[in-house]
Amino acid sequence: MFATLKFAALLLAVVVCWATQDYDYNDAEIDEEPTLGDSPYGSLWPLPQKVQISTVVFKLSGASFHIFDAKASSSGASCRLLQNAYRRYDEYIFTSSRKQGQNKSKKALASDMSELQVWITSADSECDSYPSVTSDESYKLSVDSPVAVLKAPKVWGALRGLETFSQLVYKDEYGAKSINRTDIHDFPRFAHRGLLLDTSRHFLPIKVILANLEAMAWNKFNVFHWHIVDDPSFPYLSRTFPQLSQHGAYHPYTHVYTPSDVKMIIEFARLRGIRVVPEFDTPGHTQSWGKGQKDLLTPCYSGASPSGSFGPVNPMLNTTYDFMSMFFKEVNTVFPDAYVHLGGDEVDFSCWKSNPDIQKFMEQQGFGMDYSKLESFYIQRLLDIVTTTNKGYMIWQEVFDNGVKLKSDTVVHVWMGNKVEEELQKVTEAGFTTILSAPWYLDYISYGQDWQKFYRAEPLSFKGTDAQKKLVIGGEACLWGEYVDATNLTPRLWPRASAVGERLWSDRDVRDLNDAYSRLAKHRCRMVQRGIPAEPLFTGYCAHEYKGV
Amino acid sequence: MEEKTISNSRRCYKQWLWFMVLFMSFSVIYVDAVWPMPQMISSSMARYTLNPREFIFQYSSGSSAQPGCSLLDSAFERYYPLIFTDYRHDEWFRFPFTVVVHVERAECEGYPDADSSESYKLSVCSGQAALRAETVWGALRGLESFSQLVYQDDFGEYFVNETEIEDFPRFQFRGILLDTSRHYLPLHAILKTLDAMSYNKFNVFHWHIVDDPSFPYQSSTFPDLSSKGAFHPLTHVYTQIDVKRVIAHARLRGIRVLAEFDSPGHTQSWGKGQPGLLTPCYKGTVPSGTFGPVNPANSSSYQFMTRLFKEVTSVFPDSYVHLGGDEVDFTCWKSNPDVRGFMLKMGFGTDYTKLESYYMENMVNITKGLNKTAIVWQDVFDYHEKLCCSSLSVVEVWKGGCYLCEVRRVTKAGLRVVLASPWYLDQPGPTHDWARYYTVWPLAFKGTEQQKTLVIGGEVCMWGEYVDATNLSPRLWPRASAAGERLWSDEKMTSSVIDAFPRLVDFRCRLLRRGIQAEPLFVGHCRHEYQGI
Repeated sequence: MFATLKFAALLLAVVVCWATQDYDYNDAEIDEEPTLGDSPYGSLWPLPQKVQISTVVFKLSGASFHIFDAKASSSGASCRLLQNAYRRYDEYIFTSSRKQGQNKSKKALASDMSELQVWITSADSECDSYPSVTSDESYKLSVDSPVAVLKAPKVWGALRGLETFSQLVYKDEYGAKSINRTDIHDFPRFAHRGLLLDTSRHFLPIKVILANLEAMAWNKFNVFHWHIVDDPSFPYLSRTFPQLSQHGAYHPYTHVYTPSDVKMIIEFARLRGIRVVPEFDTPGHTQSWGKGQKDLLTPCYSGASPSGSFGPVNPMLNTTYDFMSMFFKEVNTVFPDAYVHLGGDEVDFSCWKSNPDIQKFMEQQGFGMDYSKLESFYIQRLLDIVTTTNKGYMIWQEVFDNGVKLKSDTVVHVWMGNKVEEELQKVTEAGFTTILSAPWYLDYISYGQDWQKFYRAEPLSFKGTDAQKKLVIGGEACLWGEYVDATNLTPRLWPRASAVGERLWSDRDVRDLNDAYSRLAKHRCRMVQRGIPAEPLFTGYCAHEYKGV
Repeated sequence: MEEKTISNSRRCYKQWLWFMVLFMSFSVIYVDAVWPMPQMISSSMARYTLNPREFIFQYSSGSSAQPGCSLLDSAFERYYPLIFTDYRHDEWFRFPFTVVVHVERAECEGYPDADSSESYKLSVCSGQAALRAETVWGALRGLESFSQLVYQDDFGEYFVNETEIEDFPRFQFRGILLDTSRHYLPLHAILKTLDAMSYNKFNVFHWHIVDDPSFPYQSSTFPDLSSKGAFHPLTHVYTQIDVKRVIAHARLRGIRVLAEFDSPGHTQSWGKGQPGLLTPCYKGTVPSGTFGPVNPANSSSYQFMTRLFKEVTSVFPDSYVHLGGDEVDFTCWKSNPDVRGFMLKMGFGTDYTKLESYYMENMVNITKGLNKTAIVWQDVFDYHEKLCCSSLSVVEVWKGGCYLCEVRRVTKAGLRVVLASPWYLDQPGPTHDWARYYTVWPLAFKGTEQQKTLVIGGEVCMWGEYVDATNLSPRLWPRASAAGERLWSDEKMTSSVIDAFPRLVDFRCRLLRRGIQAEPLFVGHCRHEYQGI
């Protein structure tokens, strides 16, 4: 085993392929032409940071190939996360062939690869922890005969490496599973690679969320930003305030997420190295909260009398903060992630302005006519509440723009389409970490290959110091729910979100559209074969078309 | 319970009082439930309970269709579970209900065609619904309407309101085009689309079966066409059995299958299995190795087409066949010395539209010889206009811009029109632009009454560049439903987007309940959300 490793190291030393088209064809041991297709990187997506693929091909036999823990690994049979992943990837790799049993009669050849050893190198594998923004996702993968080795400091890197390994396997012209001798050293460019799903405008059944978490893992996304509630509905079933979903959900039983649903989603995500960051957006976007929580929202006035409609959360009542305090205490215990998203976007001041009590309160506080000061007042009290729960928080950019005092570790979420670079510059100049979504609103659709637009976007193109650029910790693709539900969510997301996935994982210089197109077309066929209805990029076909309806 | 008892004691009079006019929005009563809107519908507040265990379909004694009518027997089987989506066991009440079907002319084993009547009358009263239709096709439309009248209350009980419907389609040709060449659509995706079409009263499946990228139709005369021209010779083809299955599935739903074998352009995939068919393009004096449209200068091309269309017209029973004829690129013809020689010989000068017209006329004559009516894309008419139009009969208008100007020109020439321009649904756009497909007025052009009757219908086109089985359904439905109502219903009764919106929202939830992956129109929910991924 060490002999092969040494050879791999030698190869690595000769050519380190840094995301360019050229790679080493001059291998002495060519015995078969590689059938990797148009891109020298086959179907790898997102492209690893350093990859070197040789023309030497090994066969994998479904009957004899296995994924094991390496002897020296700090993680063993008790690590459910990895054992689960081994089984998952074994299924992905051998989907159809093992059923047919085509390789069973054949004895493994000497040049076959019989196992993938997974070696967690650091003492604490983090097998039972939750992933976080500082989790180490790096890994090294060396594919050689008879053993391939995947080395990673933590389980998170091992998960990413398993995905990469599965993407290296292809069928040769006779249908035999094949893999080229390959060396990969990989790590993400950005630590926060998220996807926002909106379960308020349309309720998304659990099954849909889980399927998309699965697809996220295939694209090396690591944050599920769960925009769980909003104006139209409140599907989160709160133990402390059950009336919120009882009255605020589309339906109190069929259109809610129970505590066990939420738990299941968090665990499912954890097993795939994905964080779940819930968003409880206030003080705007809260119409549905008002249905189950009396006096939480501001009564709007029409002239001198209440109009019967309600505006944002009422910022002048102590009961509001008592409620928030209890509510976020619960959120803190339910969602293990170190961050919670507090929203704070698009607050409409007209209702506050109409309300005489609010007007009086403004006067008392000396806010004059500046309602953004009132918003700041609310947000600051809310931030104080959340700070006591030891959670970090993320907020939409308006909160920063409006000059609210923020904790130094606040993550500012940039989403507005105009003056994006200027905003990033300002936010990072002020010393805040930030994530970018502005170029990646996937709910906007247009005719043709708009994945290219998402792919071309570059998060660090703004003017700023290196220190400022380091504060950009990643980005998120957003799929808002106005026109999206279980019927069309998955094909609308994939493979368009995959384009964002590569931008956030791979090196900045990986931007060749032709190469990306070739890899992405294959990657989408792989997603289809694994059961996700990822829509086509353009005319063409997959060997295995989507079998659903 | 009170109300039910009253309703049940009521009798259904012939001179029934039509005291509730349509368009009044009563949220409790689902009078507007039928999509597309019937020509005449009225219903009352009186509602009757339906018990799944005591619900039957029956042929009336005077009906010419009787048990054994395969078409209606299987429709009854289909509609029972569509009406009773979740079957509950209620032992404690007895409300027998019979749908009595009367058909004048039983064509139970026939195929729907261009002149099939689809009109029906439906009268729902206590314990019984009477459905009368001239043909089995009308009966199918009536069963669909009846199934949409049934609704469930919050406790899961089924109801139908006292209702009278007299209905017939505004346009005789209401089609959906699927493109199985740019992406192969597995059979189940086509069958599912046919199901959804019948819920929307569409009656023509325009099967754009082959094109440049692939030739999935497995021809028994020329098997090489698919073995060499399909994406994959085994997994990405439609065998004769597959085609028969599609036609049979469509027939049972009163849907015609209109096959399109587009030529002389859009034929790259044909060339792979039929050497010599396409025009070799030249670079200077030597062949460049690439190929253009079908070679119109070779008599062998016409011999091939005659044999192919002989097969096609025997496989597809419909009296129409679509010959395509769109977007022919002349550069390759121009480059080829043989084609230039032929132009000279025929006296076409350098007008290549004459060459295309010559080709298309030959094609039309071939189909005439096979007793079929040819449909062509408007390009053929546009070229022909200058020459003669005696050989053309149905023209499909597809180009954007002032499409009604084109409709006017074509009908002025005395030809029939199928309108597709406003319904290119492959362009995604946010869903709320369903209204774009609804606010289409196909007859709003200046012309005689005679001209207007020549507009025989319209068609929704779902081209396949960006569409395959993964996204076909949500991209089609419910946007195609908007076109469906425009083509079936009275224009005056259905001119308001605001009135249509809540009806379409309900209808899309009904489609979901039936397993059709119809996407949402806007924020909201359905009682039963889509359960797939």
